[in-house]
Amino acid sequence: MLSVKQHNENVTFSPELLAKFGEVVGRYPEGKQKSGLLPILHLVQAEFGWVSADAMDQVAVYLHILPIEVYEVATFYTMFLLEPKGKYVLEICRTGPCCLVGAERIMGHLEQKLGVREGEVTADGLFSWRGVECLAACGFGPVLQIGPEYTFYENLDEAKVDELIDNLKAKTE
Amino acid sequence: MARKLLLTHIDVPGINTFEVYRQKGGYVAVEKVIKTMSPEDVVEEVKKSGLRGRGGAGFPTGMKWSFLAKPEGVPRYLVCNADESEPGTFKDRYLMTHIPHALIEGMIVSSFALGANTSYIYVRGEMMPQIRILERAIAEAKENGFLGKNILGSGYDLEIYVQPGGGAYICGEETALLESLEGKRGNPRIKPPFPAIAGLYNCPTVVNNVESIAATVPIVNLGGEEYATIGVERSTGTKLISASGNIVKPGVYEIELGLPVEEFIYSDEYCGGIANGKRMKAVVAGGSSVPILPANLILKTAAGNSRLMTYESLSDGGFQTGTMLGSGGFIVFDEDQCVVRNTWNFARFYHHESCGQCSPCREGTGWMEKVLHKIESGHGSMSDIDLLWDVQRKIEGNTICPLGDAAAWPVAAAIRHFRDEFEWHILHPEESQTRNYGLAHYADPLQPIVS
Repeated sequence: MLSVKQHNENVTFSPELLAKFGEVVGRYPEGKQKSGLLPILHLVQAEFGWVSADAMDQVAVYLHILPIEVYEVATFYTMFLLEPKGKYVLEICRTGPCCLVGAERIMGHLEQKLGVREGEVTADGLFSWRGVECLAACGFGPVLQIGPEYTFYENLDEAKVDELIDNLKAKTE
Repeated sequence: MARKLLLTHIDVPGINTFEVYRQKGGYVAVEKVIKTMSPEDVVEEVKKSGLRGRGGAGFPTGMKWSFLAKPEGVPRYLVCNADESEPGTFKDRYLMTHIPHALIEGMIVSSFALGANTSYIYVRGEMMPQIRILERAIAEAKENGFLGKNILGSGYDLEIYVQPGGGAYICGEETALLESLEGKRGNPRIKPPFPAIAGLYNCPTVVNNVESIAATVPIVNLGGEEYATIGVERSTGTKLISASGNIVKPGVYEIELGLPVEEFIYSDEYCGGIANGKRMKAVVAGGSSVPILPANLILKTAAGNSRLMTYESLSDGGFQTGTMLGSGGFIVFDEDQCVVRNTWNFARFYHHESCGQCSPCREGTGWMEKVLHKIESGHGSMSDIDLLWDVQRKIEGNTICPLGDAAAWPVAAAIRHFRDEFEWHILHPEESQTRNYGLAHYADPLQPIVS
């Protein structure tokens, strides 16, 4: 799973995106532009939905670092999606405190409702889901988040999950 | 009603904005330090306050500040650790969401004390909404002259930037955080040198938790001595406790250190007791890393004294019968919860989050996860319990950073206090798949403890 092999040769960074990169790099002392790598990878993922090898190569050029310096970071941090996923990636907390209040039950429900296993994409390309580790919202569990804005949905039960998925479907129709 | 210092105005509408925060006495601490105090004075007040790091380690903040090297012509950095990832802990998210200016004001006070002109707030990447909130708060503070060049005409310059992480628990460890902030994998550094000597970009750096930095504001406003009168012994001031699990009112509570644990769990002002009329089985008092305690030992120490919410009282009895205050991630388990399953869940977490640098942690966490899963799924044997004990013992103390210890302690504590539940899983493999072990002898109300 954590390999950099997915290519998307159509990646081009728009002037608007490059302007955001520039703002990021301005936060660090001169010569320390590599510090911008994580924020820039987030921007890339928000723009394209995932982080392809080609996008990483271009980020490397932009930051004057080697491609491997980008790959090793993108594969280390779990938030970066290294292959195309559904338009909405539902990330549900699977760690202890959420499990005390029913997270495992909700994960089972998600799988049933969407009809795909963890990590897979629904046939309409709209949804993926995966369990993630503690999201620091233990008092409001079970919780799930949806990128790129990372909106939180708290105190979940089956009905709330159904409503959320139906709303997202309606939004895209 | 308990005294509040950080969440005093939490219910005031609009307290997330500069205007309302300022009306409620916000940024007075910045005015005080910049107009009337030297950086050394501020460090001295924080030392006097007895404030201990609120991220989990509990190291005295003032002492940490005084270690900061100050070579001529080299920039110094303050980095705020807002990577909050310890399972059970969600206080920093709460504070940043609702009162972001409490952190920004603390950042200005602390940066001034340390002589930093550029400071970073490293926020875990999943908290994008909080990153937006902080960026807005920074912009507001800047518009009002509390940030940027020549703050309040003092000649002191400060810029604060927010940096997102990428979803890695290990980046809450301060040297991994600095690596990450430099755009690298979050591999903890070998210490020494400590960040106070060589931290961000090899420059002297202080890394403090969100809550520690926010606490410098009431310390400056009250004075360190006054702050130190709150709390008991060496646990001074107030602490944010994240309460979760099977309780009536989960959420974030500000307590005066010294509150009895029993009152925290059962009073309506705080957790409101165990949910659904159940009984309490166990508590993890300070985030997933600290030892789990059965109900009887969390309410009273082995010597029979009432257990208090303090660094000292929670660790009374060492790891044999005590635990730690840690980050204040207070997770309550009711009688229906399975300790084996929870321990497996935590072990999986640490395996997933191990950075992989040190063999004992990289391999050991994986072994613990697998062996625990084997027991939980009804395929364990008695020797597996001893194997688990052996593996955790070989991780503890043998790694560069504390993640190894953090992975070992919950497993050790679960076996130490709940060995009969592990044995029951092994002796009743089929039954353990259909029902939970229940309370056994850990029941509250309290049973007399035989030492």
